[in-house]
Amino acid sequence: MSLFLQQILNGLSIGLVYALIALGYTMVYGVIQLINFAHGEIFMVGGYLALTVILLFSLFFAQVPVWGALVAMIVFSVLGCALLGAVVERVAYRPLRGSPKLTALITSIGVSFFLQNAVMLIYGSKEQSVPPILPYHVFEMGAISFSLMQVIIFFTSIILMTLLTRFVKFSKTGKAMRAVSENREAASLMGVPVQKVIQATFVIGAALAAVGGALFALNYESINFHDGYLAGLKAFTAAVFGGIGSIPGAVIGGICLGVFESLGAGYISSEWKDVFAFILLVTVLIFKPSGILGEHLPEKV
Amino acid sequence: MLELNHVYTRYGKVECLKGISFTVKEGEIVAILGANGAGKTTILKTISGLIRPTAGEVLFKGKSISSLSPEAIVRFGVAHVPEGRQIFQRLEVRENLDLGAFIRRDKSEIQKDREMIFEIFPILKKRLKQKAGTLSGGEQQMLAIGRGLMSRPSVLLLDEPSLGLAPILISSIYRMIRAIHEQGKTILLIEQNAHMALKVANRAYVLQIGQIVLEGSAKEVAANPAIQSAYLGG
Repeated sequence: MSLFLQQILNGLSIGLVYALIALGYTMVYGVIQLINFAHGEIFMVGGYLALTVILLFSLFFAQVPVWGALVAMIVFSVLGCALLGAVVERVAYRPLRGSPKLTALITSIGVSFFLQNAVMLIYGSKEQSVPPILPYHVFEMGAISFSLMQVIIFFTSIILMTLLTRFVKFSKTGKAMRAVSENREAASLMGVPVQKVIQATFVIGAALAAVGGALFALNYESINFHDGYLAGLKAFTAAVFGGIGSIPGAVIGGICLGVFESLGAGYISSEWKDVFAFILLVTVLIFKPSGILGEHLPEKV
Repeated sequence: MLELNHVYTRYGKVECLKGISFTVKEGEIVAILGANGAGKTTILKTISGLIRPTAGEVLFKGKSISSLSPEAIVRFGVAHVPEGRQIFQRLEVRENLDLGAFIRRDKSEIQKDREMIFEIFPILKKRLKQKAGTLSGGEQQMLAIGRGLMSRPSVLLLDEPSLGLAPILISSIYRMIRAIHEQGKTILLIEQNAHMALKVANRAYVLQIGQIVLEGSAKEVAANPAIQSAYLGG
């Protein structure tokens, strides 16, 4: 029983990171029906930007101020990735707006290779270790234990997801996003600047992935230029599982995927945990391709 | 207020509008009548910037708007209520109206316009929190018109407001259009239902495969024998 609870808890924290990335997939898909395969790379860049901040901090401080460094690295990777998201949208995807969906999809794979190789050229191809800045602290609760890092992941992602939900529901830009995702032409007739709204969606997705990347790098204490590939693929699985296009779907999908993976790792073998993720993807695609919360609106007349 | 000068448009190689010219003066309701495929919807799309004319120009309050984006044209004061309503089905009625006022910041005036819209369409007030996709066809048409009015346009473009509605609903929609006109809105109305359109319009143009073949006051057009036999069943 305690193994079960422990694995659920571990799964929850990794699942929340998947969910942060999955939100970017699902939102971009929602507005332009594009699976942005470069999104995993944005996550990876977020991790590297966080690493850079930590290295800078350890250069200037003998004793790194923990919370200062934590906030600085999140802010820096969020800003960096948001900018990167805006540039990628403008340069790679906007010129293809009128073209077939497949063209943009292939382009996103191209952008993904580009970013991987750019990072490899800058930081090198070797695995980089991320210096642990958090004090190693384990909380015990009966038979289960969790780390300070897990607590931080938990609260950061819950806060971000709540903010995002409120933003999409209540803000003017959020309403515009939903309008564009449902009917781009009608949205433009309302005076919604469609291109800017699409770009804002990329920026928000990238910012969330950046937080995920920073937390991921800190949690695993190492980072590599192809980390974005697997994490991206899993987050994509989470988004599909939850129902692509649905924001709560991405969160539920991420958590389910994390827990499923972690239970598989705990009870069967941790070598097999990636296999479980993709078993889940294949199963969903066969039995409920629209995902848990995916909606099927009747075709417009 | 609104003027089209020799406007041509094409979809690919097919010419759709072949030199259309007409005017809408302030305070008028002008109807454009025509059969399916005559190019009625294309005219509205060209005015609101969804389609660029290949030649000719669209003037609004004396300025050319034919090269502007739809977003910019709404800001100039043209609201287009598109064919088939195209409300945001997954959004609440309230949110649809909010989006109609997307370009505005004057909160208290927006509130006033909302009240005015509830006076014309009281049912919308009852449905505020409902998803727009759950409304009936007539209610969706009211929402689409209400959403258009929320931008406080100088001219309202209506594309077949009677489309797919039961006859009793059509007459109530038209009563509402008349009420909107009485509040001083200029309206350009596109219809297949010539009978209803000619009842409310001041003037009318008849469109046939991309060209205007007849124009005049609503009475003159209704009295024209060709129109009588082609559109009015009599």
